[in-house]
Amino acid sequence: MNQSDIAETETIVPRHPVRWHILVFLAPAFLVYTAVMILPLVETLRLSLFNVVDGTMAFVGLANFQRLFGDPRLAADFWNALWNNTIFFLIHMAVQNPIGIALAAMLSLPGLRFAAFYRSAIFVPTLLSFVIVGFIWKLILSPIWGIAPGLMDLVGLKSLFGPWLGKPESALITVSLISVWQYVGIPMMLIYAALLNIPDEVLEAAEIDGITGWGQFWKIKLPLILPSIGIISVLTFVGNFNAFDLIYTVQGALGGPDGATDILGTLLYRTFFGFQNQMGNRPMGATIATVMFLIILAGVSLYLFVIQRRIRRYQF
Amino acid sequence: MSKARSSPIRSSLIHLALISYTLIALFPVFLTLVNSLKSRNAIFRDPMALPTPKTFSLIGYETVLSQGDFLGYFQNSMIVTVVSIALVLLFGAMAAFALSEYRFRGNMMMGLYLALGIMIPIRLGTVAILQGMVATGLVNTLTALVLVYTAQGLPLAIFILSEFMRTVSDDLKSAGRIDGLSEYAIFFRLVLPLVRPAMATVAVFTMIPIWNDLWFPLILAPGEETKTITLGAQMFIGQYVTNWNAVLSALSLAILPVLVLYVIFSRQLIRGITSGAVK
Repeated sequence: MNQSDIAETETIVPRHPVRWHILVFLAPAFLVYTAVMILPLVETLRLSLFNVVDGTMAFVGLANFQRLFGDPRLAADFWNALWNNTIFFLIHMAVQNPIGIALAAMLSLPGLRFAAFYRSAIFVPTLLSFVIVGFIWKLILSPIWGIAPGLMDLVGLKSLFGPWLGKPESALITVSLISVWQYVGIPMMLIYAALLNIPDEVLEAAEIDGITGWGQFWKIKLPLILPSIGIISVLTFVGNFNAFDLIYTVQGALGGPDGATDILGTLLYRTFFGFQNQMGNRPMGATIATVMFLIILAGVSLYLFVIQRRIRRYQF
Repeated sequence: MSKARSSPIRSSLIHLALISYTLIALFPVFLTLVNSLKSRNAIFRDPMALPTPKTFSLIGYETVLSQGDFLGYFQNSMIVTVVSIALVLLFGAMAAFALSEYRFRGNMMMGLYLALGIMIPIRLGTVAILQGMVATGLVNTLTALVLVYTAQGLPLAIFILSEFMRTVSDDLKSAGRIDGLSEYAIFFRLVLPLVRPAMATVAVFTMIPIWNDLWFPLILAPGEETKTITLGAQMFIGQYVTNWNAVLSALSLAILPVLVLYVIFSRQLIRGITSGAVK
């Protein structure tokens, strides 16, 4: 929320006693959002402070959290999931976003032929569901079918092939890269739109000053798209710490092999609804959901109150 | 102007990079579609080859179509996605307009409240949502999914659209007011057409998670009548996991409608995104 924007609006819009149109504009979104999203969420957070005592639900304070961090098995599962989730996120930041920016930078060059085709084609994986993406890559990476080893043989790297999804040390990286493959289209499109919004006058002025090509990208375009990069980073963070489907489809609810790809989403699912011989536990599920909520809240606050305020925005 | 910026070597390097990435993006999809049309032996013997008259086989599709109601699943997905997007865009644009245009008590708080949903995944409230749907008798209806997806899509839509609406010229709106337009007319006739590029972007970003969602269909609407295509494909593949013909055909059937829709809508989308640059 930009202070100067509000101040400007104030001087222009005259004040009326009751402006019903504001209510009309806000009401539908507010009602649906509150009833279907906020209230259930509050109820879930509340549930984390309750547990079954003597057959009835009773307020237990922070006892659920004590159990989550105190019980050796639960705590080990939780820290493992959190660590894996952090790596999952770091791989996205290090691979997905730079590739997305690079693709957008190339696509937005003036006079590039077939730009529309490239852009559409690269966005295709983003449209596919986790179910499709998960199964396709499972088949491709499967040693039974032999697509991946066959392709690596073409470039003489066959010896490097392994059952990546099945090995604990490589499974997480592989799953992360599958997710990157799927989602690279989103940063690409957002950055592409931001790059197109840079006025020609700015670029022409840069050219007159002799700044072209790479120099132009680093010195002129990149600073101008920093706000978009910030938004993309925070979207990636939230998406990654809420991820579930891809791991579930490719590796199952246990985040196998041996918990190597277990992230917070799959841990929450198992704890909440139960899996195989583990009973579903609503209060503990709610507790994990609450911890996830706090992690996401912390990350987003960091962005909103620290990073976003240091990014300079330029008005054209 | 564009000539001054490009040299032949540089532009061929750029094309090389883009072609390489395009291949990476499309290859797995291509592989699935091609192999779904081959016999079981051919799938394993020569996975990269195109189907020839000798290896061509539709056995996978026959299995899929005789075992599942994919047309019905597809229809369910379409209804849920289209209705949700329409509601997200309408309600989201209205709220974004109120937040970006008017100064009123609680504006800041309302903006923050509505933005909470960007960072809080709606999934964290699943059990309470399920309880609510059971209480209102909406379990196993498409309405339940539409409600959840509308709530899920609104926060980001409001956030993106209000950012864009702040850039709409105040002079234009003032001119409209001087001409006696009501606030509703200013919104629908002046502001909405100007933020169309942002609406297209929001529509795509809203559509993807809805169409692809597995979680809520599984929990709120797992019935045969209300299965979405994602859930239908997931269940089918789970059942036929060793029948590669059937799995590849089911995957192809799930991919094709998305590709067709994309080919139709991508022009609209790209026109939307690029028209943002024409000032």
